[in-house]
Amino acid sequence: MFDTANLTKLIFGRLTLESLPLHEPIIVGTFAMVALGGLALLGALTYFRLWGYLWKEWFTTVDHKRIGIMYMVLGIVMLLRGFADALMMRLQQAIAFNGSEGYLNSHHYDQVFTAHGVIMIFFVAMPLVTGLMNYVVPLQIGARDVSFPFLNNFSFWMTTAGAVLVMCSLFVGEFARTGWLAYPPLSNLSYSPDVGVDYYIWALQVAGVGTLLSGVNLICTIVKMRAPGMTMMKMPVFTWTSLCTNVLIVASFPVLTAVLALLSLDRYIGTNFFTNDFGGDPMMYVNLIWIWGHPEVYILILPAFGIFSEVTSTFSGKRLFGYTSMVYATVVITILSYLVWLHHFFTMGSGASVNSFFGITTMIISIPTGAKMFNWLFTMYRGRIRFELPMMWTVAFMLTFVIGGMTGVLLAVPPADFVLHNSLFLVAHFHNVIIGGVLFGLFAGIAYWFPKAFGFKLDPFWGKMSFWFWTVGFYFAFMPLYVLGLMGVTRRLRTFDDPSLQIWFVIAGIGAFLILLGIASFLIQIAVSVLRREQLVDTTGDPWDARTLEWATSSPPPAYNFAFTPVIHDNDAWWDMKRRGYARPLTGFKAIHMPSNTGTGVILAGLSTTMAFGLIWYMWWMAAGSFVALLAVAIGHTFNYHRSFHIPADEVVSVERARTELLVAGAKS
Amino acid sequence: MRYWKILALLPLGLALGGCNLVVLAPSGDVAAQQRDLVIIATVLMLLIVVPVMVATAMIAWRYRQSNQSATYTPDWDHSTQLELLIWAAPLLIIICLGAVTWMGTHLLDPYRTLGRISADRAVTPQDKPLEVNVVALDWKWLFIYPEYGIASLNELAAPVNRPLDFRITSSSVMNSFYIPALAGQIYAMPGMQSRLHAVINKPGVYRGFSANYSGAGFSGMRFAFHGLSDAEFASWVEKAKASGTQLGKSEYLTLERPSANEPVRYYASVDGDLFRAILNMCVETGKMCMSEMMAIDARGGMGMAGVRNTLPLAYDKFAGRGAVFGAEPSFVAGGVCLPGDQVTRMAEDSSPTVLAPLDWTPLQGRGLERPGLMRPSKASFIPLPTSKSNS
Repeated sequence: MFDTANLTKLIFGRLTLESLPLHEPIIVGTFAMVALGGLALLGALTYFRLWGYLWKEWFTTVDHKRIGIMYMVLGIVMLLRGFADALMMRLQQAIAFNGSEGYLNSHHYDQVFTAHGVIMIFFVAMPLVTGLMNYVVPLQIGARDVSFPFLNNFSFWMTTAGAVLVMCSLFVGEFARTGWLAYPPLSNLSYSPDVGVDYYIWALQVAGVGTLLSGVNLICTIVKMRAPGMTMMKMPVFTWTSLCTNVLIVASFPVLTAVLALLSLDRYIGTNFFTNDFGGDPMMYVNLIWIWGHPEVYILILPAFGIFSEVTSTFSGKRLFGYTSMVYATVVITILSYLVWLHHFFTMGSGASVNSFFGITTMIISIPTGAKMFNWLFTMYRGRIRFELPMMWTVAFMLTFVIGGMTGVLLAVPPADFVLHNSLFLVAHFHNVIIGGVLFGLFAGIAYWFPKAFGFKLDPFWGKMSFWFWTVGFYFAFMPLYVLGLMGVTRRLRTFDDPSLQIWFVIAGIGAFLILLGIASFLIQIAVSVLRREQLVDTTGDPWDARTLEWATSSPPPAYNFAFTPVIHDNDAWWDMKRRGYARPLTGFKAIHMPSNTGTGVILAGLSTTMAFGLIWYMWWMAAGSFVALLAVAIGHTFNYHRSFHIPADEVVSVERARTELLVAGAKS
Repeated sequence: MRYWKILALLPLGLALGGCNLVVLAPSGDVAAQQRDLVIIATVLMLLIVVPVMVATAMIAWRYRQSNQSATYTPDWDHSTQLELLIWAAPLLIIICLGAVTWMGTHLLDPYRTLGRISADRAVTPQDKPLEVNVVALDWKWLFIYPEYGIASLNELAAPVNRPLDFRITSSSVMNSFYIPALAGQIYAMPGMQSRLHAVINKPGVYRGFSANYSGAGFSGMRFAFHGLSDAEFASWVEKAKASGTQLGKSEYLTLERPSANEPVRYYASVDGDLFRAILNMCVETGKMCMSEMMAIDARGGMGMAGVRNTLPLAYDKFAGRGAVFGAEPSFVAGGVCLPGDQVTRMAEDSSPTVLAPLDWTPLQGRGLERPGLMRPSKASFIPLPTSKSNS
């Protein structure tokens, strides 16, 4: 019935051997390295018989702590990919002068800058932020787990599935060549007929499910599962910022899902939402995606603000100054973040009144942000500041972020934006706030909570190396971009005709190299810390003399977090308990009811990946089959009645006794 | 101590004097006013940013743990006066900046006609604006001078101190029209017209480019902007007229096909209706103009009759179209009789005047051959209508 060509098309859709980028030596080389590394990893896992352990203890876990750690691992792995893209761009821009085409053709280069943006936002910053919230929030509010433990596992695997699709696009087909927000008409089928934009759409849709569900989960956890006595205004600030972040996620991610769904309808069934003709309006896409996109910025920065609040207060040995105004500032930022989206495209030509409205609302956000900055400052004021690694990141943040904030407000002045929009000044600005704010915050958070998660501190020497390489590298990499922006250089250029620009790109390239050393130092820091874990060990569970509840339990915490749910009297709960001479209960332990592990999340996410892959390559049988299987597994899971189990009282007793012995031994030495 | 590093950047700032910060030293009055706003806003913010940075460094140093002589108040966490101060100080700055923003945004609205040629010279009725129609093509710029009936590709010229009135659109994807020395940018969007009023005050050659990524040839989407004296401009117009090349609709359809790094070209005469047709996306014969479509819709539309008023797509820009599950690609046919409409063909008439496709070979990706390897160009490409029936 079918000839061979039709049969091939039926099975493989538009996937052909030519879709493999065998003609790009850089990608083939990368693939060889990744394949070798991957094989080595798989071999090692098999050799050490770790598959069963990984599956039982990690992949299927519903423990918020382990899921949090897996999010962090995902974020760090993807950071390497996203940063490799950054290095490639810096190298291309540093050499593509005087008629040189550089070493990347436009087909490759345009994918690189798109992938860099997508990966850094969706698969680095988001997993790291979500991971920290996942790990810390239940501990901070004295809960045993999140509200919906299985959903948590599913969310993580959906995020991972999105990352897998993006990675897949590197070796099978191509990624989008549209910039990280895939504006139509460029992202329409007419101008991007290849699979790149489809990879983009489905990677974000699949990961978006995870993000949204994780947001629902954490809101519910924070609202419903706080320990007795912890009123809203006694919640730690990190929990507050997490709450606001997740409210933002739940309110804004559906917009992203909807706008990408409309774009995929345009691409798959020929609707005309964002096409040039038949009444389509590409600028509607631009509006919608920024209605998601601007809150997204605050989704990333608010948890970082929370981390800085915890760190500043802990390492200054002082109550957080202006807790109430800090909370209100966070809430005000949350609300205002929905009223500023148009500042991303003042140059669209909306009227002066519209532009000034959005410009001024944007500036207003700087008021609560400024108040936060002062609150941290006054927390440090008359404190006893210990410059451990998290505090170093915090001070670097305070000095760096104000510069980024200032250039941000500058860009909010529409006439100023007309001359700086889309320039390297803009690129410098948002890296200034995302690196100087989000990333520094995440590093502070990692250094701060690492001992809680693993029971030993991170090695300070390599941490400081990483800190200095990152901060100095940041200034070298991005200050030149501010200058270039003022020289009228726009972003996403592949080649240049003005040789006087080159020196600035070379400096920026050196900065990127320093950041590379910073990342390497960070990885070395983790490796060295694992090797030196005996020396760096913390038996107290409270290595920083901290203030919030997560430090009340052991490091790492037992699966059930707290043997008895604590009662809260103060917003620095643990500080308050320590001061009032809190004694750990040593008897009376009961069996603890806990959720059971399940592999359903992995399976559902795996099926989502194959469904997306089928849709991307027009392999309809694969998409339809995966979808049916997806439904079947989801329905099947509702018949799984082995949802929970009890940790027997004996086991709780022995875990707690071990901790008592550790504490006694620690107190003696 | 991190504070000292910021100071160390100062000499670098001085070194900047040597490079061309065009945004801070423009040659057009509009850009100069925008520059002024950049500086005012920056100075206003530095009023608070510098004290914060200094205070951060000083507090971090003074209250370090090893300095046991510093005051330590572990439970001090509230002060109403300080709270007032920390909310009021940024608020005051933002009130000032907001006022500046409101005025500046209205005065420098790109749609607003110019009030002055330069700081010391107002626009008089004698200053007739020079209208230039700008079309962003893949990946080159077309400038049409309706007043002179000429056009140029990848080169723009204007007499100094004469108001310029740009009407900007794009043929396929979004770009941004930007000459930093002249004025701020504005998007060039297909099927839409944006406006920009500006004036160049100093003669010279300036850079212009697209400031919004638009695909493979984006980096080469540059043009030179010549600010000329009146006499030089007249001779520039003469040069264009002497080129002898015509730009009609069919020449335009060839020109708009994707190509990168095109050399400068001049057109001695331009179809007077061309820009309107580009803007309304009806350069191809037989396509209904958007203005007509909107006029019909404004009167209530054509109902179900309008649904049938489509023709199969013979040629649409340069890429294959039609989604995998979509209907056959088509376009709304012109030829509906409207008062004052010159087109009279009926929609159902498959008249030979429908433009034949220029080239059936699907182009690779966004139109350019992928560098690195000459591959059969039909790979991973949505088939054109003719080859679509086999699935």
